[in-house]
Amino acid sequence: MTAIRRRAPDWLLNGYAGLALIYLLLPIAVILVFSFNDPVGRFNFLWNEFSLDAWKHPFAVPGVQDALKTSIEIAVVSTLIATALGTLTALALVRYEFRGRAPVNFFIFIPLATPEVVLGAALLSQFLNWGSPALGFATILIAHVMFNLSFVVITVRSRLIGFDRALEEAAQDLGATPWETFRLVTLPLIMPGVLSAALLAFALSIDDFVITNFNSGSTITFPLFIWGAARVAIAPQIYVIATMIFLFTVAMMILTVWQQRRAEKMASVRPDDADLVAEPAPG
Amino acid sequence: MPGALRKRSLPYLLLLPGLGWLLLFFALPLVYMLLESLKSGSPFGGGFTLTWEFSNYTDALKDYDKQFIRSYEYAGLATLIAFLIGYPLAYVIAFRGGKWRNAMLLLVIVPFFVTYLIRTLSWETILSDSGIVVSTLKSLGIVSEDGRLLDTTVSVVAGITYNFLPFMILPLYASLERIDHRLLEAGYDLYGRRRDVFWRVTLPLSMPGVVAGTLLTFIPAAGDFINAQLLGTPKQYMIGNVIQSRFLVLNDYPTAAALSFLLMASMLIIVLIWARIAGTEALLGTEGEAR
Repeated sequence: MTAIRRRAPDWLLNGYAGLALIYLLLPIAVILVFSFNDPVGRFNFLWNEFSLDAWKHPFAVPGVQDALKTSIEIAVVSTLIATALGTLTALALVRYEFRGRAPVNFFIFIPLATPEVVLGAALLSQFLNWGSPALGFATILIAHVMFNLSFVVITVRSRLIGFDRALEEAAQDLGATPWETFRLVTLPLIMPGVLSAALLAFALSIDDFVITNFNSGSTITFPLFIWGAARVAIAPQIYVIATMIFLFTVAMMILTVWQQRRAEKMASVRPDDADLVAEPAPG
Repeated sequence: MPGALRKRSLPYLLLLPGLGWLLLFFALPLVYMLLESLKSGSPFGGGFTLTWEFSNYTDALKDYDKQFIRSYEYAGLATLIAFLIGYPLAYVIAFRGGKWRNAMLLLVIVPFFVTYLIRTLSWETILSDSGIVVSTLKSLGIVSEDGRLLDTTVSVVAGITYNFLPFMILPLYASLERIDHRLLEAGYDLYGRRRDVFWRVTLPLSMPGVVAGTLLTFIPAAGDFINAQLLGTPKQYMIGNVIQSRFLVLNDYPTAAALSFLLMASMLIIVLIWARIAGTEALLGTEGEAR
C-alpha cells in the first residue's frame, strides 16, 4: 500500500512530462496531416479531405521554388562562413589565455541577448546609410553570418572545454608540426562539435524571418514567401515543403549525433583500455 | 624570439575574422541606429537629418507605452508558463530518462526544425473557431458559446509560449543533468522528505539553468511580433510590431530606431540584473575554460 502511495507522484510527474512533450509535438503533427489536405478556399486551416496533390506537385505555387532555392543558397553559404569563423573564435577563447578574453566572451554573448528586431533594424540603418551593398542576397548573407556566429562559437566552445589536450601534446612529442597537429588531431576530434554547430547554423538560417525581413530588399526567401502568403493564401504545398525541410534537418541531426557517438568512442580509446592491451597468456 | 611572438599573437589572429565580422555588422550598426534615432525630418521629400533630437525617445515612449507594457506582460506570462511546463519535463528527462534521454531531448528540439512561421500558422488550425480545442472548452463551459481563442491574448501568449519553450527546457535540462546525485542521497540520508530535498537541494542547484532558461525565453518573447501578427489583432500588438511597421512600412526610421534602443536597453538591464543574481559564469556558460 505504501509503495503504491509513494508511486503516485511519480505517475503524476511522468504523465505531466508526457503531456508537455505532446504539446511540443502537436503543431508538427498538424503540419504533417495538413500537408495531405485538400482545403476549401485559399487557406489551409480547416480539414476538408485527404489528397496527395500537394505532395505530387510541391512546387505548383508560383514563386515558391525560387524562394526555397534562395533560402537554401543563403543557408549553405552563411553556414560555411559562420562555422569557419566561429570555430576559429572558439579555439582562441578556450585554448589561449590572452588579454581581453573575458570582454570578448561577453561581447559574443550580446547578440544572443538582443531581440531580433533590434539586430535587423540596426543592420538596415547601417546599409541605408552606406548606400551599398544594395539590399538583397549579399545583405541577407551578411546578416545570417552575423547572427549565426555567436551560436557557432558557443556550440564549438562547449565541445572544446571537454577536450583532452594530452592528445595534442602526444602528437607534438611525436614530431608533428602545429599545423599537422591541428589538421590530424585537433580538427578530427572537434569535428562533431563543428558539425552540430553547422547544423544549428543551417537550421537557424533557413528559418530566419525577422532579420531577413529587414535586410532583404526585394529578394524573397522561403520564410518571407510564407509571410507574404499568410495574408493572401496558404496552400498545402507550403506545408509539404515545410515537412521536407523538417525531415531533412532531423535526418542530418540524427546523422550528426551518430557521428558524435563514434568520435567519442574513438577519443576514449587509450592504451590502458583493456581490450587494446594484449592480455598476458595464462599459465 | 619570433616563435614566442607568434604564439602570443596567435589567439588574436584566430579571433580576428569572427570578431571583425561582429564588430562590423553587429556593433557598428548599433552606432548607425543610435544616430538614426536622433535624426528629425520626414520620410517624404527631404529625408532625415541629424539634429540630436533626443525628444524622439520621450515621444516614442509616450506614444507606444501601451505596446511596451504589453510586450513585457506577454513575455513575462509566456516565460512563467514555459517554466511551469518546462521544469517538470526537464526534470523527468534528466532524472528518469534513462536510455530514452537523448530521444526525449530530440523531441524537445524537434519544433525548431519546422519553419517558425508555419509552426505559428498551425496554431491557427489548432485554436480555430471550429477546432477541437474551442469546441471542447465550450462544452466544458470554459469558453462562452460565442467565444473564441484565436485573435485574443490567449492565442498570442500560447503561440509565444510554444515557440520559445525549447529555449527554456534545454538550459534547465543541462543544469539538472549536472547535479551530483550523491547530494540528493545525502538529503535523503538526513531524513529529508522528497519535497524538502527538491526545494532545498535540487531547485537551488538548478538555478543557473532557471536563470539562463528564463532569459533565453523572455528576450526573444518580448521582441516578438510574429505571434501577435498571425494569432492576434492590433489590440494584441507588441513593441516588435510597432518597430517593424514604423521601420519597414512607414519608413519612420528615427522613431523605429529609438524604440529599438529602448527595447535593447531594457533587455540589457534585465540581463545585468539576472547576471548579478546568477553570476556571469553560469550565464555565459564559460565555466571550466582554461584559466
